[in-house]
Amino acid sequence: MTELNELTLAEARDGLKARTFSARELTQAHIAAVEKARALNAYLLETPDRALTMAEVSDAKIARGEARPLEGLPLGIKDLFCTHGVVTTAGSRILEGFEPHYESAVTHNLWRDGAVMLGKLNLDEFAMGSSNETSAYGDVISPWRRQENGTLSETPIVPGGSSGGSAAAVAAHLCLGATATDTGGSIRQPAAFTGTVGIKPTYGRCSRWGTVAFASSLDQAGPIARTVRDCAILLGSMAGPDARDTTCADLPVPDFEAAVSRGVKGLTIGIPKEYRVEGMLAEIQKLWDEGAKWLAAAGARIVEISLPHTRYALPAYYIVAPAEASSNLARYDGVRYGLRVPGRDIAGMYENTRAAGFGREVKRRIMIGTYVLSAGYYDAYYVRAQKIRTLIKRDFEQAYAAGVDAILTPATPSAAFGIGEKASADPVEMYLNDVFTVTVNMAGLPGIAVPAGLDAQGLPLGLQLIGRPFDEETLFATAQVIEEAAGRTALPRAWWA
Amino acid sequence: MSVDAQTVRRIAHLARIAVSEADVAPLQGELNAILAFVEQLGTVDVANVEPMTSVTPMAMKKRRDVVTDGGRAEEVVANAPETEDHFFLVPKVVE
Repeated sequence: MTELNELTLAEARDGLKARTFSARELTQAHIAAVEKARALNAYLLETPDRALTMAEVSDAKIARGEARPLEGLPLGIKDLFCTHGVVTTAGSRILEGFEPHYESAVTHNLWRDGAVMLGKLNLDEFAMGSSNETSAYGDVISPWRRQENGTLSETPIVPGGSSGGSAAAVAAHLCLGATATDTGGSIRQPAAFTGTVGIKPTYGRCSRWGTVAFASSLDQAGPIARTVRDCAILLGSMAGPDARDTTCADLPVPDFEAAVSRGVKGLTIGIPKEYRVEGMLAEIQKLWDEGAKWLAAAGARIVEISLPHTRYALPAYYIVAPAEASSNLARYDGVRYGLRVPGRDIAGMYENTRAAGFGREVKRRIMIGTYVLSAGYYDAYYVRAQKIRTLIKRDFEQAYAAGVDAILTPATPSAAFGIGEKASADPVEMYLNDVFTVTVNMAGLPGIAVPAGLDAQGLPLGLQLIGRPFDEETLFATAQVIEEAAGRTALPRAWWA
Repeated sequence: MSVDAQTVRRIAHLARIAVSEADVAPLQGELNAILAFVEQLGTVDVANVEPMTSVTPMAMKKRRDVVTDGGRAEEVVANAPETEDHFFLVPKVVE
């Protein structure tokens, strides 16, 4: 029999409804799995007592026939979402011990719908990273391992980042689904690295209120789960209007789950030629071609399109995102919350606090942001980058105006790499992980990563679908076709348990 | 464009991050690697292109200018390193 924590979120929901098991039993199975998996370092904080209390409320609701949409379903929460009375660190020393007195809009929506919180998930510090190696609380280890000569290699593999804890926990059955955030690829890249599904919805679909800010014009929350359907169910609860975030769209939330089985017959899927980058791995190209074939076999029309400014998205991102980060992270000054390190005067206190509280990658990005916004450089860097952003968005608008419904690309340029393998002195090498995902954030579009196969070493590879603004439904329908054609990836043996 | 050691120190001060002398050279290398990477943006023709100011076309939300929340002094200062009578305490600023 399948262990309760190995069910999909939809299966668990149906099992609770049919009273095959209780929310308490389901939660306990997860708590036990989380305890055994501490070697992965996916959870920064486990909240088993809170989870069981929430599960008991759910069982009572179910008994009364009052089950809410996510009743009794145990989830993990990326530690970037503020949770009332539960320490929220953003993976940083500077917020060690910070206990919010409010609940983020996204997590509030999940609890409103009956979900159960298992704990807070590890991440790259302030969501800045592509491998979960920048967390102040240690690296997250992927549950996946390379196959070498028919055996599992001992080399620890990164889960991707910044939502590395979310992706690792979902892949290792340590929660039914998890919240995540995506500023340049932080949902889709870790999902691709761990054989899970992750969607970054359209900018404005989920409220940013109560989520620790990195780059406000790029940040969006979304779910990571084991199936396309599970992501659709979760996003349906996470999304929705919120007066407290002025950029949150006043649009009704569609029935995302209903869209999953819509199919792709009659849809036009664009293949952007500029994503065929120099030096692309043969297995990535093969996976991409296969994805197009699957969609064509299911009735979609495949057309080549051009998005000419693609190659400028990543460099423009490394101006816009650090600029916004340097401004957002100015609030960590040792006065209102978090760490304080004394200095000779108030400026010395600020400088010492921030030197001790921020890690290397965060300091680097704050400094780049400070430089590109400084007097004399603002027009040359920041304004130019924002103009290029207009051009990137225009490329997509033209493709959609020509009748393209969704765009198919690889999710990442390679499979996951080993811990420490990309720790070179050149930070740009790590940044290149986001080359296929970052365009989507720059244009504010929705994008989903869905597992499509394994590489020669047995590690998962994903494909990405990019949609029209506020048309996540087409992404769910299209990703479902890929999921069915590729088959769910065989999850790794639980070597950690 | 690239930055020299003096500029690294100036940026660190503007960003209010103490940087030790030993860290200046590695930071200079890293920042210059990023600046070299973004250099290619200089080749893009951006004449007559408006900079993006809103990610999705939407009218700015407005609300009545009324008090919607408040009276939470205890909660506001609860996470502060040093407080007194609901004030944040900082080192002496004016002599």
